[in-house]
Amino acid sequence: MASNPYFALTVLFVVALGFGLAPLGLAWLWAKIFSPAKPNELKNATYECGLVSKGDAWVQFHSGYYLYAIIFLIFDVEAVFLLPFAAAFTGLSLAPCLAMLVFLLLLVEGLAWAWAKGVLTWA
Amino acid sequence: MAVDEKLKIELGKQGVLVTTLQELYNWGRRSSVWPMNFGLACCAIEMIATTMARYDIARFGAEVFRPSPRQADMMIISGTVTKKMAPQVVRLYNQMGEPRYVIAMGACAISGGPFKQGYNVLKGIDRYIPVDVHIPGCPPRPEALLEAFITLQKKIDAQPLTGEGRPRFLDAEAPGEFPVPDQGQHDLEPPSNRSVWPVPITLGNRE
Repeated sequence: MASNPYFALTVLFVVALGFGLAPLGLAWLWAKIFSPAKPNELKNATYECGLVSKGDAWVQFHSGYYLYAIIFLIFDVEAVFLLPFAAAFTGLSLAPCLAMLVFLLLLVEGLAWAWAKGVLTWA
Repeated sequence: MAVDEKLKIELGKQGVLVTTLQELYNWGRRSSVWPMNFGLACCAIEMIATTMARYDIARFGAEVFRPSPRQADMMIISGTVTKKMAPQVVRLYNQMGEPRYVIAMGACAISGGPFKQGYNVLKGIDRYIPVDVHIPGCPPRPEALLEAFITLQKKIDAQPLTGEGRPRFLDAEAPGEFPVPDQGQHDLEPPSNRSVWPVPITLGNRE
């Protein structure tokens, strides 16, 4: 077994795993045996900057947020591309200019679609 | 078991370090007091200055200001505690893990200070939670906060781990919950926690 070329690697792996897990285990043991736990309702309550927490932490967000986020992301990315496009505009040949316009058209199309679907009016 | 102080010094000169479990435990406890990231009024500015390079509370192991009470050991009541804020302060204190310490910083936190006669100011946070060190001053200078912190460290160092005078968290009988006051019609309800702050006898309330 010791002649196997992977033997040293296995030993190293086990040691590395132990090196990571041993402190965690010791901390867990220390907490179990020695830590002076004094739990109560007030202490275990949800932390909300000192206020009494209202409602559940698992809140559901309106799906409208999702569409807004997507549309925002589109125009965010557009702005990133528009800035260098505007800076280099005078030195551009026809091909990159057309490519950029197609890109813009795609995004405008997306906006038009969202508008037509009524996404922009908050329901 | 206690080691004779003179013998300890003598051994120390010879290069032998003697300690007790209590000393080691308290050394660990006092050297890693993490304060809560929490400021109430103008004293907080002095508290912030204390953490910065010029005064450098890191020298005493207390530079790690935690934004959550779950990870903090010490609460520095830095400023005026209004009656609106008092329940939140008490709740935050309750949500800290044991062992926990409190430093009441400045005239307002210890007594209400210049606003003592105000209808909306709590006349000292020690009415609701046990305070370890009080610092007078308006506001106290960063050196005063450091002095208070060193005083707290000395207090921790002197605490025995068993028997009379041991810290609250090692005493299974000692209460760990400090009731949070409610906003009453005219004042906080109750106006003080009798178990931490015995109402002083004055001409007005003598029975």
